[in-house]
Amino acid sequence: MVPLSYYLILAAILFVIGVAGFLFKRNIVTIFMSVELMLNAVNLTFVSLSYSLRQLDGQIFVFFVMVVAAAEATIGLAIIITVFRNRESLNVDRIDLMKL
Amino acid sequence: MQTSDLIRILPEIILAVAGIVVMLLGAFQKQNAGRMHPAIALLGLLGAAGAIAYQYPWRSLDPAFGGMLELDAFSAFFHILFFLVAALVVLSSSEYVAQERLASGEYHALLLFATMGMGLMASSNDLIMIFIGLEISSLASYILVGFRRGVATSSESSLKYFLLGSFATAFLLYGIALMFGATGATNLTEIHLALQAEQNTVTAMASPQLTPLVGPVPTALVGLSIALLFVGFAFKVSAVPFQIWTPDVYQGAPTPVTAFLSTGSKAAAFAVFLRVFMVALEGSAQDWVWLLWVSGLLSMVLGNLAALLQTNIKRMLAYSSIAHAGYILVAFTAHSEEGVAAVMFYLAAYALMNIGAFAVVSHFGNRGERYVEMEHYAGLGYRAPLLAASMTVFLLSLIGIPLTGGFFGKFYIFRAALHADLVWLTVLGVLNSAIAAYYYLRVIVFMYMHPAAEQIPVERVRPAMGFVLIFSMAATFLLGIFPQAVLDFASQAAALLLENLGNGVL
Amino acid sequence: MVLHDFFFYILAAIILGGGILTITRRNAVHSAIFLVMTLIGVAGLFLHLQAEFLAAVQVFLYVGGITVLFLFVIMLVNLDEAAKQRQFNRQWGLALGCVLLLVAEVGYFLYQGRDSFSFAESSGVLLQNNTQAIAMSLYGDYLLPFEIASLLLLVAIIGAVVMAKKQI
Repeated sequence: MVPLSYYLILAAILFVIGVAGFLFKRNIVTIFMSVELMLNAVNLTFVSLSYSLRQLDGQIFVFFVMVVAAAEATIGLAIIITVFRNRESLNVDRIDLMKL
Repeated sequence: MQTSDLIRILPEIILAVAGIVVMLLGAFQKQNAGRMHPAIALLGLLGAAGAIAYQYPWRSLDPAFGGMLELDAFSAFFHILFFLVAALVVLSSSEYVAQERLASGEYHALLLFATMGMGLMASSNDLIMIFIGLEISSLASYILVGFRRGVATSSESSLKYFLLGSFATAFLLYGIALMFGATGATNLTEIHLALQAEQNTVTAMASPQLTPLVGPVPTALVGLSIALLFVGFAFKVSAVPFQIWTPDVYQGAPTPVTAFLSTGSKAAAFAVFLRVFMVALEGSAQDWVWLLWVSGLLSMVLGNLAALLQTNIKRMLAYSSIAHAGYILVAFTAHSEEGVAAVMFYLAAYALMNIGAFAVVSHFGNRGERYVEMEHYAGLGYRAPLLAASMTVFLLSLIGIPLTGGFFGKFYIFRAALHADLVWLTVLGVLNSAIAAYYYLRVIVFMYMHPAAEQIPVERVRPAMGFVLIFSMAATFLLGIFPQAVLDFASQAAALLLENLGNGVL
Repeated sequence: MVLHDFFFYILAAIILGGGILTITRRNAVHSAIFLVMTLIGVAGLFLHLQAEFLAAVQVFLYVGGITVLFLFVIMLVNLDEAAKQRQFNRQWGLALGCVLLLVAEVGYFLYQGRDSFSFAESSGVLLQNNTQAIAMSLYGDYLLPFEIASLLLLVAIIGAVVMAKKQI
């Protein structure tokens, strides 16, 4: 049996990939995909911990995370469309109307 | 579920119903619907406040929904604060909504839903409810920030807020997941007990035929979880180093929404922050106090220094709100009963003066928020004496001049910090408030001592806006002259919040 | 048991490969496809950990819902221009620092907590009737969040309509 820590490390690496994508990418849609990767890492952590502790609570939490992720995606993509309508670009470097 | 459980969430139910009624109104009544929306919203807020008052005294020892919700004095205090903030924002935005032709029904509905989410945050005693309440209020705020859809800055700030907000949420969730792994619980009280006993709270719930995996709490995991939770909450209260979104979002958002974010959302985030760290993680305080110490100091310094450089008044207030988060973190660092009470008092005082200041900015900004630069305020003292006078009061209170609420807010914060032996932090905090005086006074100097460069029209103040200004001014003075009543309420709430912990009863 | 382990490594490779490709592809459509790969890998691990209900929801909601939404948006907004640009930010130093810090932190803590974590040997039938148990929980202990989640979805609907509709 693969030990729990392998699952946790896998989730941690996926989370870091998500963070890296969020920080490095310039395209807003891919930046948002990176957030989804991070949320999936969290879900994986929850489910593996839930399995090892034999507590269902972790799985319930994952269910709510998924609901929230869906709601977030809806709103986020609607915002992205609005920004695109106003600016005709989805490059974060051009989202710069307000600077110090 | 029992009737008593339903009464506990009655305020939230009333707000949700009011929100839905506001939305539905547009479907049945095409004309004049815009005038009805604020009225219904205010009625809903009043009803919700009534539902809170009905449950007096707020000393529930039997939490509702199996420990999910806790309507104690702490959450009652914050509920009342949120309803007050929301009501003032509704009143002060009536001009703005008409002027900018915003969709009035959706605007008010989202405000009500955001307030409901904040209410849930304040009374949740379980990380799952905290998460959902936080998300309801955040999602509604993302939309409210971008409500001027045709304006590029508004949708940009909405996008920034959204992306960074969901990034921070992921960190928060990761922290919750690891906390669950360490303690086997998501309920704050259970987490507290598990950390105290250093034994996870796993019980044979799902499958009784199996022996539960009882074991010690891995401290390393708790430490990592605390760090991640801190990132999530620090983002929500806009504390350094997670403040980067604040200036852009506050500048681009419609001004009444900025007022709402900087007072209501911030207070809600602090309520959750306090409850999670003071209730669940009180036992491992030595792990997180230094985080608060550093973050509080950096917030004060960076917020104040950056505010010095601003010419846009909304941006200046945004940086000042980072600095104020820093002051609040100073009291939080004390992690005592007195500190919690000081945080609560400061949030109330800050909410009132900041809403007043933003109301003036919103009114003076005129159509399309044209006049939000510092130089536009030149000579305002002579063209609109009353508006300028009220702005002066709010700014003086933000500085912390005696006789205003801001003074006692800062006084209690630094007193709590001194009692907790945080001498250096107190000294640096006081120095910082001296720096802050400079940029607030600069606005006052502009209003009274500079001649008007161009002829800027000042619209007549409508009754709703006038009420907001007078009310916030009166409340600011009231808190500055008779702070005792509010402070007593806050102290009792703080005592109750922490007292329950000692006995392990909740 | 060997087969069991074998599946874990295969799925882990799929997840990490998909994740890395998601953030390195130029074309957003390709990124979305690789995101699907990761999501399906995660669903596989859910099955592996006896969370059948979540595995199904993961496929329905993430793969079937959220990714399709992504693809819609990619089609709606013109990303041809974006694919030709440099893909990464210039803030390499800062970002790399953040990531390294995070990797070090996570690695350290997981290393520290290594001994406290191992699955119990009896990996047989642990969470039987997973879907049923989740349903009981959702309508029992978790009734309140379950109901409140509906309001969250309502907010999302209102928000999406407000933002995306041309004329309100």
